[in-house]
Amino acid sequence: MYRSAIYDEPLLNELEIFKKEKINTFTKLPDSLQRKKNVEIPDLDETQIVRHFHRLSQMNYGIDSGIYPLGSCTMKYNPKICEKIASWDGFAGTHPCQDISTLQGNLQILFELERMLCEITGMDFFSLQPAAGAHGEFLGMLLTRAYHENKNEGNRNEVILPDTSHGTNPASVTMAGYKLIEIPSNKDGTVNLEILKQTLSEKTACFMLTNPNTLGIFESDILKISKMVHDAGALLYYDGANINAIMGKARPGDMGFDIVHLNLHKTFATPHGGGGPGSGPVGVKIKLEKFLPIPRIGKTKDGKYIFDYNAPESIGKIRAHYGNFSVLLKAYIYILMMGRNGLKEASEIAVLNSNYMKKKILDSKLYEMPYKAIRKHEFVISCEKLKQEKGIRAMDVAKRLLDYGFHPPTIYFPLIVKEALMIEPPETESKKDLDRYVDALVKIAKEDPVPVKGSPNYTPVKRVDEVNASKNPILTWKMI
Amino acid sequence: MKFVPNSSVKTLMLKELGLNDIEDLFSDIPQTMKIKNLNLPEGLSQQETEKKLREIMIKNKSYNDLLSFLGGGIKPHYIPAIVKSIISRSEFYTSYTPYQSEASQGFLQAMFEYQSMIAEITGMDVSNCSLYDGATSLSEAALMSTRITKKNTFIIPHNISWEKKSVLSNYAKGPGIKIKEISYNNKTGKIDIDELNKKINGDTSGVYIENPNFFGIFEDDIKEISKVVKDAGSLFVVGVAPISLGITKSPGEYGADIVIGEGRALGNPMNFGGSSLGIFACKNEFLRQMPGRIIGITKDSKGKRAFCMTLQTREQHIRRAKATSNICTNEGLCALAAVVYLSWLGSEGFFQLSKTNFEKGQKLARLIDDLFGFKLRFNGTHFNEFVVCCSDDLRKLNHRLLQKDIQGGLILDEFYPELKKCMLIGTSEIHSDEDIDKFVTSLKEVSNV
Repeated sequence: MYRSAIYDEPLLNELEIFKKEKINTFTKLPDSLQRKKNVEIPDLDETQIVRHFHRLSQMNYGIDSGIYPLGSCTMKYNPKICEKIASWDGFAGTHPCQDISTLQGNLQILFELERMLCEITGMDFFSLQPAAGAHGEFLGMLLTRAYHENKNEGNRNEVILPDTSHGTNPASVTMAGYKLIEIPSNKDGTVNLEILKQTLSEKTACFMLTNPNTLGIFESDILKISKMVHDAGALLYYDGANINAIMGKARPGDMGFDIVHLNLHKTFATPHGGGGPGSGPVGVKIKLEKFLPIPRIGKTKDGKYIFDYNAPESIGKIRAHYGNFSVLLKAYIYILMMGRNGLKEASEIAVLNSNYMKKKILDSKLYEMPYKAIRKHEFVISCEKLKQEKGIRAMDVAKRLLDYGFHPPTIYFPLIVKEALMIEPPETESKKDLDRYVDALVKIAKEDPVPVKGSPNYTPVKRVDEVNASKNPILTWKMI
Repeated sequence: MKFVPNSSVKTLMLKELGLNDIEDLFSDIPQTMKIKNLNLPEGLSQQETEKKLREIMIKNKSYNDLLSFLGGGIKPHYIPAIVKSIISRSEFYTSYTPYQSEASQGFLQAMFEYQSMIAEITGMDVSNCSLYDGATSLSEAALMSTRITKKNTFIIPHNISWEKKSVLSNYAKGPGIKIKEISYNNKTGKIDIDELNKKINGDTSGVYIENPNFFGIFEDDIKEISKVVKDAGSLFVVGVAPISLGITKSPGEYGADIVIGEGRALGNPMNFGGSSLGIFACKNEFLRQMPGRIIGITKDSKGKRAFCMTLQTREQHIRRAKATSNICTNEGLCALAAVVYLSWLGSEGFFQLSKTNFEKGQKLARLIDDLFGFKLRFNGTHFNEFVVCCSDDLRKLNHRLLQKDIQGGLILDEFYPELKKCMLIGTSEIHSDEDIDKFVTSLKEVSNV
């Protein structure tokens, strides 16, 4: 069973510091800019620094520590070979503005990766520039605007979302200046076609959808939805956070989606890095190609790769340079290794794991699943019954799971499920681990509520008071 | 399969579900849209993959093969071994956003330390724990300025990178923020304060100044600029090259409200321009309008010090459409590299690094300025980048340098048509005196002036 190390590790500025009394001023600078007091960064010995961060790492749970079934985050194993290759100087030590003849390897990777992602999603063209999923959504909204303005339909100012959507969706919509319209889902958790129909109008710019949705349910009416959206003159956007469910089985491009973003740090096994860097490439149908960010990656007749800036209708840039190349490279390596059958099998087993776990949990009759259907790669159960009967909330279950040595699932999302636990067990988890996780959930539900509500017990700190942190923000060591 | 353990127990698991075929799990996907196979090659073994990638890699030249003097922000810097060693701890790099603080104290504490150090070097009260890159940090600062001041025009210098301008214009579209530019002084390369005075008005939400600016020049009239901005009731947004801050005043000392920057230089490789590290810091009074994750100190149920994500009600996963930004995944691991790097340098090392970069920049500029046919374009004090004019055709010059495995400067006429025959040259502590001599000698040899 996983157990975190427990240290009372001081902050860097609380370690023994070899203070330099001398004040460093640099008189060659204009006086108005000269720093008159030293920057207060502790002067430490390398040994101290290594031990400090080493200890911190031992108080942090990663995928390498154990199962990490955060719903909609696809926390799958990150192959070591990808890390190794991406750290080679021949890749990591290249400058984005070098002469193009010295960057042919990098461009080949980007060129080929774009085509691989097109094949996987059924889209026509890809931009690899977005740094994360939400950044991809934002690009998607910019493309939507460019498309409608180009057709003299710039008055389309509404974007429709189902109430099951990821938090980034509404945030991206409003950030791009669109009016958000959230529609309630059906009783089975899917898109309500009738309400969608009533909501679509000549004001609609786009309908954003995740398929399978955040409940893990495949929107079987997707072709009808696509027709309705297109008949209204709007675009259909695919949030690719959940595409680990359908690789090699179905493609958003074939379902009628016009814009797709992928999360390479989810589906394509690149590490999440404690929060990032990620990568959120955006794929489009041909009608949107001319609006994609510059530069596009091209290939000449004699096989040379080039940057193509000749795109007068492009939206321009959404970040500097060409995307998070280090992440793109790792995803490229992953796809090469998995190949056609490997990717398909990844999705098959991810869905199998999810349904297997769901059945085991529901068989216990201790948790409920409010929306009945086959689940894809993730499923959402509710702790409402536990709350009613024993006062145990989703938060308590999550914290108690830490005592059993597991990372909890996503909690309190999607918002339409009360006391939600959103569980995504990717294909890289073994049956034995799934069984142990289910056992833990079952045990917790049967436990006396007192220890559950008092958990976690074996972590470096006990339950953290997050409310106090917001009330009295202490955000730097000077504020302590 | 390589990373799919349950491949071997598939049938058993299906049986437990009362199913015979894996396809039964996909019966909810309409037949008409199902595909049989992806048109991709068969998978490769790890050994084959490594060989293939090595073959692709040798089509590149890295800074080891190519002595590079490109300016424009990104430069090779020496990265001490400790950085890679720490950020390769897989407890760190295979974790995600620390939603469960009790299981993530390590990363949370490291991010708190990152915030503390960024606040210290920028002279701001608070920092978030990263945005995507310098360009998106600038854009978020413009959006934040409008949220705070309820004003709608954001002023930027003409001489910032074209990429930043493009990104900013895209982010400005949503709230309909107008962007105005102010030009630079043709002699000094510093911004034109008279023009700033003319353009700033009651509708100006914020003014962005880079120090050093895109031409490498220090804005040493910064106090005067700061006063102009404050008097107009606008926010003062300052963009920094973080490694210059060991010798210069922090923007906080000259009145900045928000400080942004590209932080890649702090311990992260160039990586062909990505990943990157968006620095974002501000004064405490604007904290609740800040974008991105913020880590704070609190207590656990036993009263022990603990770290957690805080002020989450600003963020998309709580506030959804009303969030301060849509950002979720950030550049956490690059921020970790930055805090390890800064710790390794310490106060003294950070000063020395800054000083070395300044002195290398001065030395190289002087040597090139002395070459026949080459001239420094601006007379303002510069850091480790500077603009040089040359009577030769720069594209041809760079091509000839390339034959000697030297990458010349960034040619500017594409972005600044008025700067004909000018290039932006950059150096750093990575260049030895021999490297600098080699570059100068080669310039002399290959230039047709």
